[in-house]
Amino acid sequence: MTGQRTGGTTRQDVERPPLDGARPAATPTGGSREHELEARGLRLGYDGREVVSDLSLRVPPGRVTVVVGANACGKSTLLRGMARLLDPSAGAVLLDGRAIHDMPTKAVAEVLGILPQSPVSPGGITVADLVGRGRYPHQGWFRRWTREDEEAVARALAWTATDGLATRAVDELSGGQRQRVWIAMALAQETDVLLLDEPTTFLDLAHQVEVLDLLADLNQRGTTVVLVLHDLNLACRYADHIVAMCDGRVVAEGTPAEVITAATVREVYGLEAHVVPDPVSGTPMVVPLGRHHCPRPAPPTS
Amino acid sequence: MSAVTQGVPVTRGLPPRPARPDGLAPERLAAAARAVRSSRRAAAARAGAVTSVLGALVVVVLVVALSVGDFPLTPGEVVGALLGRGDGGAELVVLQLRLPRALAGVVAGACFGLSGALLQSLLRNPLASPDIIGISAGASAAAVVALLGLGLQGLSVSAAAGLGALATALAIAALSHRGTLSGYRFVLVGIGAAAVLNAVVSFVLTRTDSTEASLALVWLTGSLNGTSWDGVTPLLLSAAVLVPLALLAGRALGGLGVGDDAAAGLGLRVGRSRLVLLVLAVALAAAATAAAGPVAFVALVAAPVARRLLPGRAALPAAALVGALVLSLSDLVAQHAPLLPQLPVGVVTGVVGAPYLLWLLVRAGRTGTAG
Repeated sequence: MTGQRTGGTTRQDVERPPLDGARPAATPTGGSREHELEARGLRLGYDGREVVSDLSLRVPPGRVTVVVGANACGKSTLLRGMARLLDPSAGAVLLDGRAIHDMPTKAVAEVLGILPQSPVSPGGITVADLVGRGRYPHQGWFRRWTREDEEAVARALAWTATDGLATRAVDELSGGQRQRVWIAMALAQETDVLLLDEPTTFLDLAHQVEVLDLLADLNQRGTTVVLVLHDLNLACRYADHIVAMCDGRVVAEGTPAEVITAATVREVYGLEAHVVPDPVSGTPMVVPLGRHHCPRPAPPTS
Repeated sequence: MSAVTQGVPVTRGLPPRPARPDGLAPERLAAAARAVRSSRRAAAARAGAVTSVLGALVVVVLVVALSVGDFPLTPGEVVGALLGRGDGGAELVVLQLRLPRALAGVVAGACFGLSGALLQSLLRNPLASPDIIGISAGASAAAVVALLGLGLQGLSVSAAAGLGALATALAIAALSHRGTLSGYRFVLVGIGAAAVLNAVVSFVLTRTDSTEASLALVWLTGSLNGTSWDGVTPLLLSAAVLVPLALLAGRALGGLGVGDDAAAGLGLRVGRSRLVLLVLAVALAAAATAAAGPVAFVALVAAPVARRLLPGRAALPAAALVGALVLSLSDLVAQHAPLLPQLPVGVVTGVVGAPYLLWLLVRAGRTGTAG
């Protein structure tokens, strides 16, 4: 083994239980870090307009789950509901078997972190200060900033390679740097489950890959990652588990190879496409067919 | 490495992930921790320095306000009188005549500054200040109706003003609430409410004879002239309760600053925190307005000045001190400016504040961001 773990927690990526079929035994081995996050019959909406209808979903612990779907299909709403930012009109989100909306919100924040789509950075704030705000759930009325907080922030900065920016103002950073800083804030929270809503939006390809690599690193350390992504090809490459949504429902879920087929792409996006193996990773790669520049009409699904 | 692949579902052609060492180089972590520590220390040192300097300036202005006047005193005599060791004349002048007014300036200014800082942070809008979003207008309308309509005087007018401010804030919140508290909508509804309430004020004034109306106008401009212990005591008592509460509850602003969703994700009870802070902000503005009248612009400028001195923080103590400084300094000018009769302090703050507001609007229009 090359990997020498220093974190004290043993990780299961060495012997991952199979995803499909029977769930792993009630408690995964050494399972203090793995948490069950599950939606049951979840209905979510805004102002009486239902966006997510009767959705059930089990997030595989210790894995990377990617939610894909067309614009306005309810992906972000689902993520907000799963992170108790939005109260369900029916159904429940269960974290380790307890309804998340009934748990003390700070107790949830110690286990589950969320990076929303467009967080705001207070004007003039420094990177170290912003990332330090991720320590909020670990602080109380009487327990203020400690050595432990400082170390957690330092780790989060180093992991996201933003440690060189610690004293810079967030406003002055580039989009890619800023996104890494936000991820660092989520990391400083030190949760075992991390939900991210389109963490790669507005980033160029290199920065997208960088962010996804970072999340894969995190996942290898034991964090359960759930993210919403628009790029199907990157989703297929980085996901263990893909959830395809359409009109507030789950259309298909499973491994990328099972889910991302020409038929699913047609159903979810209304788009004809070829699905070919990614030359690098072998995962499905979607080649869209438009009305132009495609020599022949779309053939039937492979 | 073979152990790594065992048990991994063979569902994709990815090579097994190399098991990476979890830790980063200890030197790098130590360096990062040092950077975090020094950044926090620098920020804390700066906050301490800025707050102490502002506090010292407030004390200086307070002592000057107690010294100057028709019966000039040296700072030494002022301190002696405050400690109860001055001669009878000095004690009378300092403790009975000048101290209530000077304290009212400092404390009302601090309340305005805090109120503006809370509202601007909560509603994420630099225009969110009680004098712009209708809270002061509510106080004015209630005070004018009490003064001229009901013939009340003194403390009852102040009480009416305070209640008017609270009722207006409640109405604005109710009208702008759509599931969540939106800063933009709150400010717009507030500006509309201010227009309506100012119309009420104008209506009542036009229906009254000019001597009474001119008395009301002095109140409406915001004035500390002739403030006595009776006038300032309710303000001091309210401030003694509200200011510590606001500073304590204001700690949530650090979390709220990252946006509602991110703050909720951090385990903050966003709705409740915002409600508590909003109530405190309105109560502070109501208390200050009841004592000093709707002094313009103090609440608007205090927080941006404090934030410029301490970037990236809510800087509530600094905002309170800037408010105290602005109002007490303005009152000093209003009282003792050469060649001018005693002015209501609101005239001075208006002369200083209006250009700032224009600058703010021009800048917001140019950069597209409001603040």
